[in-house]
Amino acid sequence: MTPVLETRALAKTYQSGGARVRALDGVGLAVERGEFVAIMGPSGCGKSTLLNLLAGFDRPSSGEVWLGGRRIDGLGEAELARLRRRRIGFVFQFFNLLPTLSVAENVELPLLRAGQPRRAARRAAGKLLDELGIAERRGAAPATLSGGQQQRVALARAMANSPDIVLADEPTGNLDSEATRGVLELLGAARRRGQTLLLVTHDARVAASADRVVRLRDGRITADGRLAPARAVPDPLDLGDGG
Amino acid sequence: MREVVLALLHGDGAHGYELKQTLDGTFGDLLPALNAGQIYTTLARLTRDELVTSEPVDGDTRGKRVYRLTPTGRAVLEEWINRPVPGVRLKSEFLMKLVAVAAARLAEPGRLIEDQRHEYLQSLRDLDALLGSGRHGPTAQLLVEGSILHLRADLEWLDLVEARLVNEGRVA
Repeated sequence: MTPVLETRALAKTYQSGGARVRALDGVGLAVERGEFVAIMGPSGCGKSTLLNLLAGFDRPSSGEVWLGGRRIDGLGEAELARLRRRRIGFVFQFFNLLPTLSVAENVELPLLRAGQPRRAARRAAGKLLDELGIAERRGAAPATLSGGQQQRVALARAMANSPDIVLADEPTGNLDSEATRGVLELLGAARRRGQTLLLVTHDARVAASADRVVRLRDGRITADGRLAPARAVPDPLDLGDGG
Repeated sequence: MREVVLALLHGDGAHGYELKQTLDGTFGDLLPALNAGQIYTTLARLTRDELVTSEPVDGDTRGKRVYRLTPTGRAVLEEWINRPVPGVRLKSEFLMKLVAVAAARLAEPGRLIEDQRHEYLQSLRDLDALLGSGRHGPTAQLLVEGSILHLRADLEWLDLVEARLVNEGRVA
């Protein structure tokens, strides 16, 4: 099967104060349709760079990015924007909500852009906000929300179009344990609908809910492993030996 | 476990089946393998150590016995109640393994760390599923939540171990 997302020998070098910094150094990653992949690694390992290259927000120094069997790293801006709108939901680390629109309008926007009627867009956005427990802030301006609430709005916006690929940079970075659970449930539902999820995360609980965990260090993949379905947990009181 | 059973027998005492019901009710699905035999093994050991005594239930023909604490049993229970459980846990099976395996050059430390990380993540997934299943009481939930927090700390610690070994040039 053709991977829905693939990178081949992907490299990115930045110029930083006269020094060349190699953010990514030959990353080859193939993600199958419907997979839920968590990308982990220490700060500066290249996780966010990889995500930005996959979404076409940035261009590689060398190597290739493929989306659904089509090479996209050389496409023009307009074509990339169209592709993102159609196929990719992106959750930014710093939310990027539009400050002059209300919470609900932020979530409705991608639906309207995709040609949905206003009424349907409103209904779909309301449902998502409800699932994420922020329906009561629908009319508020994003700036009046807490970091955790803004994060959930950003997630709702990314999921609004039911994109077949969701890319997220630290989607639970500002959330408490309760809100994290809400996000995990939403991601789980997306996964069951067959959407492909690729998340950059520091949060072990998010990673533990993925099918596959990829680790990056110094711009390279150092591990790529699959998690099994949840196992039964052992007897905590260990009654077998009688204490 | 010994002291838990002593605490449950305090007062009027109980028979084996009552003990099982109390434990089942408290820990629910967390004790899937708990059977009467395990309870009776524990009670037999407590009897052997003279911490409990038992006598037959009047008019019961199936040999049911009621277990009660002895004065020694009460003293052991009291001592346990008054002594906080130890806070320092300077024991790491993984670190011992890492040191021993690295010293003998039996495997790459980086691989051991990665395998361990995978096991911890899988365990986290197991516990999260248990928490999400809703098939447990509030006590069991606290137990699972505590274990989840420990696993997160274990994972952070593995990051530290790895970073240290990378700095020392022992992990490529």
